[in-house]
Amino acid sequence: MKIHQLSLFLENRPSQLRAVCKLLADAGINLLSLSLADSEQFGILRLIVRDWQRAQSILEEANRLVKVTEVVAIEVPDRPGGLDDVLAVLEKDNINIEYMYAFTFGLEKKAALIFRFENVDAAIVKLQAAGVNVVGSVELFEHAEV
Amino acid sequence: MTELWNDSPGSFHPSSTPDFLPEIVDLETGLPCPEGGEGELVLTTLSKRAMPIIRYRTHDITAIIPEPCCCGRTLRRIRRIRCHSDDMIVIRGINFFPSQIEAALLAVEGTLPHYQILLNREKGLDQMEVQVEVTREVFSDQVRALENLQAQLAQSLEHTLGLRVKVRLVEPHGIQRSEGKAKRVIDRRRDV
Repeated sequence: MKIHQLSLFLENRPSQLRAVCKLLADAGINLLSLSLADSEQFGILRLIVRDWQRAQSILEEANRLVKVTEVVAIEVPDRPGGLDDVLAVLEKDNINIEYMYAFTFGLEKKAALIFRFENVDAAIVKLQAAGVNVVGSVELFEHAEV
Repeated sequence: MTELWNDSPGSFHPSSTPDFLPEIVDLETGLPCPEGGEGELVLTTLSKRAMPIIRYRTHDITAIIPEPCCCGRTLRRIRRIRCHSDDMIVIRGINFFPSQIEAALLAVEGTLPHYQILLNREKGLDQMEVQVEVTREVFSDQVRALENLQAQLAQSLEHTLGLRVKVRLVEPHGIQRSEGKAKRVIDRRRDV
């Protein structure tokens, strides 16, 4: 049920993001989704790729610092209030979102969102109990192929 | 060139005979330090005729110990040499050594990260930036965690040096590796 996300440290200067993207491009690795968090001095690039182990080793061979984090992909109906329903569940159970971002493709009239929780397992249990569809990597990557 | 006579622990006589005049001078002004004060050891020969030296600056940082030595000699005694003046950084009238920076970084991270000290002059004021490579142990996918680390490092440095220091996190291998002894200090203050 959990998705592996790769995080990379980037210094805040030109060509940093491209250097990482080029490494993955040359290896034929497709980026399924990404988010770039920034501060005054540095950025953290978070990536979702299908073959995360291969991407990790390619980046590490290039002396990049890579951290693997487990995140949760949640299916949200593609209509007004779709996300609000999910957030209502999280609020009720007092689950804090560290950060989130959207997936680049839809799951047939539905959107996929990536959530980062402090306690991933507890969040999945609560979400599933409330009837929210937590999407596993197999299903998610199948849709990415289309 | 100096004869060392180690008697009382942590100190020694620069010479066993009264042929040398040891002085301790202030690193910046070159003027003699008050009795017991820390500074650079300067030596003058008193009896050599063929090759006399006058106020030779040794670059060794030490202090004269005024109390008599347990060996009974009444010659001047100096403290164990802590460091070399070449390594010392003077910024806004505060002196410190890279080893103090290392201690401050170590106190936060547990292991010593690769680091570099950059000295610059901005608007006539000396500025110091410590660049610290992010290690696997401290890297996080959350901005908050890294900003927290940055703040902790800055606080630890300020506590150790008594000086506000800018800390910049850089990527692993972001600091150039040099062969042999690592180049820890880059002083650009004279370039401006």
